[in-house]
Amino acid sequence: MTDFAEIWSYLAQGPLLWLTATLAAYAVGDACFRASGRRPIVNPVLIAVLLLAALLWLSGTPYQTYFEGAQFVHFLLGPATVALALPLWDNLGHVRRAALPMLVALLAGSTVAVVSALGLAVAFGIDGEVLASIAPKSATAPVALGISDRLGGSPTLTAVLVILTGIIGAIFATPLLNALRIRDWRARGFATGVAAHGIGTARAFQVHPTAGAFAGLGMGLNAVLTAFLAPLLLGLFR
Amino acid sequence: MIPALLTLLSAQLGGEALTRLTGAPLPGPVLGMLLLLAGFALFPALVEVLRPLATTILGNLSLLFVPAGTGVVGHLDKIVSFGPALVVVLLVSTLAAIAAGALTFVAVSRLTGSGAEE
Repeated sequence: MTDFAEIWSYLAQGPLLWLTATLAAYAVGDACFRASGRRPIVNPVLIAVLLLAALLWLSGTPYQTYFEGAQFVHFLLGPATVALALPLWDNLGHVRRAALPMLVALLAGSTVAVVSALGLAVAFGIDGEVLASIAPKSATAPVALGISDRLGGSPTLTAVLVILTGIIGAIFATPLLNALRIRDWRARGFATGVAAHGIGTARAFQVHPTAGAFAGLGMGLNAVLTAFLAPLLLGLFR
Repeated sequence: MIPALLTLLSAQLGGEALTRLTGAPLPGPVLGMLLLLAGFALFPALVEVLRPLATTILGNLSLLFVPAGTGVVGHLDKIVSFGPALVVVLLVSTLAAIAAGALTFVAVSRLTGSGAEE
């Protein structure tokens, strides 16, 4: 009779087990998110990552073995970035009507995001690989990982920083913008999308549909701008 | 489904090839996105070919961050040593960026008279 350890050691080597585990962990995270009434702090990605990290640690599985299976999901980040062309195209009318405010707000939000993060990080004594991993943290994850890789950062560390940035933006955008007395839904959504990418955009859609549409635009435009800005600005700090 | 997938992958492949050829600082998929936007402008019929697949992928975008995010297991040492600093960096920088973006948007839209819709 084949014992459990033998079956485990067979399955743990192939991609099937870890691909299934990735989807299962995300399903659990998403169920928690829905059950909480979609509160931004109950982030499905964060829950899935914590579950998988615990599972890898408990089973003594190296990340490389896990990634053999998870790479099929990871690969889709590239096509997903390309697919962002669709919401951009759908909102071209909005873009034309508010082109100038959006362009200036994009430059301001994106520059402040990168410069303030790098400046503070340097002040805290962070440098090298970790600093390069911080630079693209406000861009949407698939783009941020690509930028981080090119800058000599660590894409996996960037992934965690990007997710945390999104959660922070989703939690604090509404109280912050209320305190600033900004009532224009376009401005509120756009700024949230630029600073806090897809997680902030999902939050903006919950608050107001116009805010959501502009957040999606902010996210898409900042993905392009950060790809240009992050290498330039990182050069100033190291 | 297949034409849509073929379009997405071709745009990405074109983007990857172009960034390598030109040494542009853009990640290949971002250039692929711009190529696809140009494709939409040239062939508007392409938009509806792509819509079902693109909507499905973008609707489940957060799942795609999980494998990279799980890589945190390889960075526990950095998270432990830089953890509090990283949290402060992310918190301050994200709030500053939201405030800067929103205030600028409102100021410029007042100056140019492109007031709020609704």
